[in-house]
Amino acid sequence: MFRILKDLLRYNREFALGAILILLVVAMSLASFFSPYPSGLQYVAPFDVPPSWGHPFGTNSRGQDVFWELTFAIRNSLLFGITVALLSRLIALVVGLTSGYIGGVVDRILMSINDTFVVFPPFPILVLVYFIFKDHMSWALLAVAMASLGWPYDARLIRSVALSLRTREFTTQSIFSGMSTRQILIEEHLPYVLPIVFATTMNNINWSIGLEVTLSVIGFTNIETPTIGTMIYWANQHTALVAGVWWWIAFPVGLVIMTFIGLYLLSVSMNEYIDPRSRLSRMGGSA
Amino acid sequence: MAAYTLYVLRRFGQFVLVVFVGINIAFFVTHATPIDPITAAIAATTRFSQSDPQAVQMTREALRELYGLQGSLWQQYVAFWMRVAVADFGPSLSAFPTPVSTLIWRALPWTFGLLSIATLISWGLGNLLGGLAGYYRRNVALKLFGVVASGLQPIPNYVMAFVVLVLFGYVWPILPITGSSQINLPQGWTLAYFESVFQHALLPVLSLVLVGTGAWFIGMRALVSNIVTEDYVTYAELGGVDRRRILISYVMRNALMPQVTGLALSLGLIFNGAVITEVVFGYPGLGNLLIRAVYAGDYSLVIGIASMSIIAVAFAALVIDLVLPLLDPRVRTA
Amino acid sequence: MHPSRRDNGSAGEPRPAPEGPPALSVDNLRAYYLMHYFGVEREVRAVDDISLVVRRNEIYGLAGESSCGKTTFLKTIAAAVRPPLTVVAGSVRYGFLDRDIYALSPAELSAIRWKHLSYITQGSMNVLNPVRRVRQSFIDFAYRHMRLHRRAFFAAVEQHLRRLHLAANVLDAYPHELSGGMKQRVTIALATICRPEFIIADEPTTALDVVVQKDVLAMIREAQQQIGSSMLFVTHDMTVHANIADRLGIMYAGRLVEEAPTAEIFTKPMHPYTAHLVASLPRIGEQSRKKSLSGAPPNLAAPPSGCRFHPRCPLTMDVCREASPALTTLAPGHRVACYAASPLVKPSATAERAAVPTPRAEPVGLVQ
Repeated sequence: MFRILKDLLRYNREFALGAILILLVVAMSLASFFSPYPSGLQYVAPFDVPPSWGHPFGTNSRGQDVFWELTFAIRNSLLFGITVALLSRLIALVVGLTSGYIGGVVDRILMSINDTFVVFPPFPILVLVYFIFKDHMSWALLAVAMASLGWPYDARLIRSVALSLRTREFTTQSIFSGMSTRQILIEEHLPYVLPIVFATTMNNINWSIGLEVTLSVIGFTNIETPTIGTMIYWANQHTALVAGVWWWIAFPVGLVIMTFIGLYLLSVSMNEYIDPRSRLSRMGGSA
Repeated sequence: MAAYTLYVLRRFGQFVLVVFVGINIAFFVTHATPIDPITAAIAATTRFSQSDPQAVQMTREALRELYGLQGSLWQQYVAFWMRVAVADFGPSLSAFPTPVSTLIWRALPWTFGLLSIATLISWGLGNLLGGLAGYYRRNVALKLFGVVASGLQPIPNYVMAFVVLVLFGYVWPILPITGSSQINLPQGWTLAYFESVFQHALLPVLSLVLVGTGAWFIGMRALVSNIVTEDYVTYAELGGVDRRRILISYVMRNALMPQVTGLALSLGLIFNGAVITEVVFGYPGLGNLLIRAVYAGDYSLVIGIASMSIIAVAFAALVIDLVLPLLDPRVRTA
Repeated sequence: MHPSRRDNGSAGEPRPAPEGPPALSVDNLRAYYLMHYFGVEREVRAVDDISLVVRRNEIYGLAGESSCGKTTFLKTIAAAVRPPLTVVAGSVRYGFLDRDIYALSPAELSAIRWKHLSYITQGSMNVLNPVRRVRQSFIDFAYRHMRLHRRAFFAAVEQHLRRLHLAANVLDAYPHELSGGMKQRVTIALATICRPEFIIADEPTTALDVVVQKDVLAMIREAQQQIGSSMLFVTHDMTVHANIADRLGIMYAGRLVEEAPTAEIFTKPMHPYTAHLVASLPRIGEQSRKKSLSGAPPNLAAPPSGCRFHPRCPLTMDVCREASPALTTLAPGHRVACYAASPLVKPSATAERAAVPTPRAEPVGLVQ
């Protein structure tokens, strides 16, 4: 495991760059634990100070230090993304493995549902959820709603792998040795599927952070929880750009773009490491 | 031909299922929750003034009828489907008495135009360049484009639209950043109006294309680099078949089908992107309408838009899937 | 079909070679897969110092177990080499060309493809473009060479199909509408339409069931005789070779270990590996179990020292471990690379020199 990581870092530029970006982002979110200001509190700093030594990212019109506020925001956004990703991975795994392994009618039904969910536009549904819950809208509720929309693409991917595993010899062997379906899926097939799940997790974190930012920016989440999205929301509320307080917007946007690109690079390079075909095509000839 | 009929039937069944599940979700999110939209609406209208309790009761009854919230949950469910079936969601509360359907029909062309133009450009451009990049692997310009495309592709539409807005609105203000045309221009078949519409569409389309092209580019490049190792491509190369013919009729042609299927599958996400871009650029489409409806607490309009967009997206996916057999003889005749 | 047109008994009778240069001569050919990935350099010697000659009008069979380098060898002589595969040394000359095939420009190469050199490949199931009708494949491959107008061209194609006992309506079919055997037949028709001087056939019958296999073999033979071309025919299936090849070369781990007229290979094999291949063929009335070779084919990235067969060979001597034996002519038309076959076999001068372009060597295998 560590050797693979070392190899990837050394020989795969995308992975190295992605890892650096994500390390920076994670360091930023860990910095929140050392913040001199409590999360979300207003009027603790002077207003609209441009970036300086005392306030490296400046302060905003709500009397907050942008740097320390950003550390909380990125921590919450990351946590949110990871929660959604884990929840939806769970659904995708259960659906994908079951469908691929059992096959037949079960597979057909599950995949019909799957394809149905693939086509749904998630945004109107999430807006609908917000519209009904309004002030009851919480972090957890949004995570659950998004997780229940974010699984189908990857369930199909996992199914296709499980489908190919089903016909392998070791599966037959496990059946003959009397393992239960659940045991086979968890002990035999899961290890093969996990690398793929890992790569898709990165994409899913991206997707959910992106949606969270979108919903927050138009004010459709709990705007009191600092996230990247709500930071931009408040900046917009105070017309930060018109007022020339560009640092209030630029730093969150820059940081979130860093996150997206970092996660994306990690997912791409890991996919490549997993997929033997793209590995082959990468082996350059020396002629 | 029988095979194609079967394919159409199966695909249509899928469409019906999508609509069915989608409308059910819309219904249960709105009806099976402890939150009463009517109380919310009344609270919104009576926030600033004391109201006569009797008047409040009358409003309550009126709204209940308006929203189709009378009777048991089952009766409401049936009523909900009746409304969806005839696309009649009653009058809008915020634009009373204009019917919700009128508002939706007014906004739909803008969303459709924005979405289809941006999708055509990004799908076409991404596939063309991605195909070339997969085939001519050593071309430096295409490699560079790949780096840029994969850098832009993971950025969500909202952030991209916002960056484009800042760049062209504040840093280098050369294009209009809001609305669908100049406000004082009369709508009509005039050149000035079209020019204005074109200008206003540029930035939203640009921000959608910037994000969208990357995904198609990368997908197509990966597909092509697999297809070039297929037997029929190797064989054509051994046969000395013209390189351009191989690229177009052998490689691109075979890579196109999964990309068309991919288009049908990702319509939901593309719709998301278009809706959000509209919000940023104040474009008068469904997205903007939806957000304003939420802000105004317009219950029937929100449900109408959510339901109609599910149906619209599912329908567009159906249309694309029905076109697919024209490209693939195996679906057509097998 | 006329499966009986060619009797099994006549296989292996060497026909008199016509005058003129050979159809193909390969000299000291080496082609390696040179790879570097995640910092690891690897060199797989898939074709290692092979020299052979295919005469005019002859079907030369090349046999050996899978992954012994047969397909790589074909790619190399077809000039279809792309990284990581690299031709390290040697020459490939065709009778219809005045130069080495690697001296041609891409345009010149494209001009000889199909007109002079065509291909029937392994996995012929998938060699036809699934979204194009068979007719379009004929246009893509052959139209530019035939110098005919559309109508005359299709008349010629249909006539050619008829000669090969195929109905003209296959032209309007999509590949998925044809059966496996039918696809293979269409491919053979496609490969012979321009009457090429040389045809390379790579496991053309492997994916077919036995009955269809027989028909297809007969068809290949018939087409080859009709147009008078030479053929290099590769398969691991010795039974197929017995039916079609005039001469046979046996490959093991990237090297040619024996070459002789087909009948001689089957009756008097001299290399222990060939003897094993022949002995493992089923015979009527035979009761005993076949002995199988111990061990696996060698890893070509790290081949054994000396003779590459020695770890699995029943006759191993000390010298086998030290130096690779040269392919040596021990009887008229019979070359062998095995110390045990005769004391005349000496260590090869060129075999172990890796990755260095060797000067053109003398024709290998002359008795000193």
